[in-house]
Amino acid sequence: MDETDLTAIPKLATKAMLKHDNVRDVELLLLPERVVLLNKSGAAILGLCDGSRTVRQLVVQLEEDFDAADLGNDVMTFLQDARGRGWVVVT
Amino acid sequence: MSGMPQPYGLLAEVTHRCPLHCIYCSNPLALLERQDELGTEDWLRVIREAAELGVVQVHFSGGEPLVRGDLETLVAECRRLGLYTNLITSGLGLTESRAKSLVSAGLNSAQLSIQGDAAESTNLVAASKRFDKKEAAARIIREAGLPLNMNVVLHRLNLSRLDAIIDICELWGAERLELANSQYYGWALRNRDLLMPSKAQLDDAVGVYERRKAELGDHMEILWILPDYYEPYPKPCMGGWAQNALTVAPDGTVYPCPVAAEITTMNFASVRDHDLAWIWQKSEAFQAYRGTAWMPDPCQSCPRKELDFGGCRCQAFALTGDAGRTDPVCMHSPDHHLVQDALVRANQEDVTEDEELLRKKLVYRRPTVSAHQR
Repeated sequence: MDETDLTAIPKLATKAMLKHDNVRDVELLLLPERVVLLNKSGAAILGLCDGSRTVRQLVVQLEEDFDAADLGNDVMTFLQDARGRGWVVVT
Repeated sequence: MSGMPQPYGLLAEVTHRCPLHCIYCSNPLALLERQDELGTEDWLRVIREAAELGVVQVHFSGGEPLVRGDLETLVAECRRLGLYTNLITSGLGLTESRAKSLVSAGLNSAQLSIQGDAAESTNLVAASKRFDKKEAAARIIREAGLPLNMNVVLHRLNLSRLDAIIDICELWGAERLELANSQYYGWALRNRDLLMPSKAQLDDAVGVYERRKAELGDHMEILWILPDYYEPYPKPCMGGWAQNALTVAPDGTVYPCPVAAEITTMNFASVRDHDLAWIWQKSEAFQAYRGTAWMPDPCQSCPRKELDFGGCRCQAFALTGDAGRTDPVCMHSPDHHLVQDALVRANQEDVTEDEELLRKKLVYRRPTVSAHQR
């Protein structure tokens, strides 16, 4: 990962919506013709993609929330994939 | 399959009224009228019951859903319940102020249909001269901040224009385009001989699709919905009967799929008489073909039975008169000749070029007999 990636600001795409599904007790990402079942970490990352923080800040927040260290690479991999799928836009 | 499935999607067919007269419309031949439609309060209840049942996405469709003045109220209720909403529209009736009020109510996305790449196609396929309204609607959807999804039904009369159709969608700013090869239900089944493409036409179109998909990359997502008559195995229709989604028709009748009204031998319950949970879990119609136990051979002993679920019950009924038979599309179906015969005809006859002649032969979607006189 390089410095420009860390200063980028990810934001959930307009067409996408995160939802906690109370009926099934799972985290979902809703798209126009698709429902994606998220795991806990995916939901946590996307939940922080609100356009208010950089990737670096997002990683710090997650490490704090999950009481974990060195999440940087995992977060970057997830976000690159999410961007490729059109779930997240980066500015 | 264990336990009761929970639906993710609700197709809310709020009306059959529509300014277009598409020759392949999947609505039943007996179109419902305004006085048959559920009122606002009933729809609000249906939406609440759907959310409790596990539905997370509501697709507002019809007919043209924009003819209902209470669409904003219904969208707002979905938003309140945290449901994702999608408007499936012809674009006719979508003004800037309407788009704005729908977005304010919480609308998440819109899908705009076109019939082809130019005004002539809308005129021939939908008996409408308002192709201009579709271009305007595409702009209005984008300016309202909604993702523009587009779809076009492909058939014998427009497959040769596929390149130009994709151009138009790209030009109008679509993020996603569904290329839906015609499925033969409702009005499309009436017009099947005029809509069914030849193998050569399809092969050309597949070539265009593959080339454009590679060229477009991430720029615009394009999807190819298979022409099932030309496939060796049936489509896994709806992911199996009463598994993932349900449809509520304008009059409140609930179906496991949008075209199931055609299965006239089954009794489908209405939200006017029962709650959605009872209909989904307990009603006879929803249980009839759920899972695999109902299957006759060749499906019952087939290793594909959990892959395609015996295909489409509505197609089985439409072609054989028995919804419990194997989908005749399947090469192992004892009724497969019904599909083969249609394909033989499609590959013998020349594509009719004369539009006036075509127009006379085609059956346009129009209310024929009043539902109250049937």
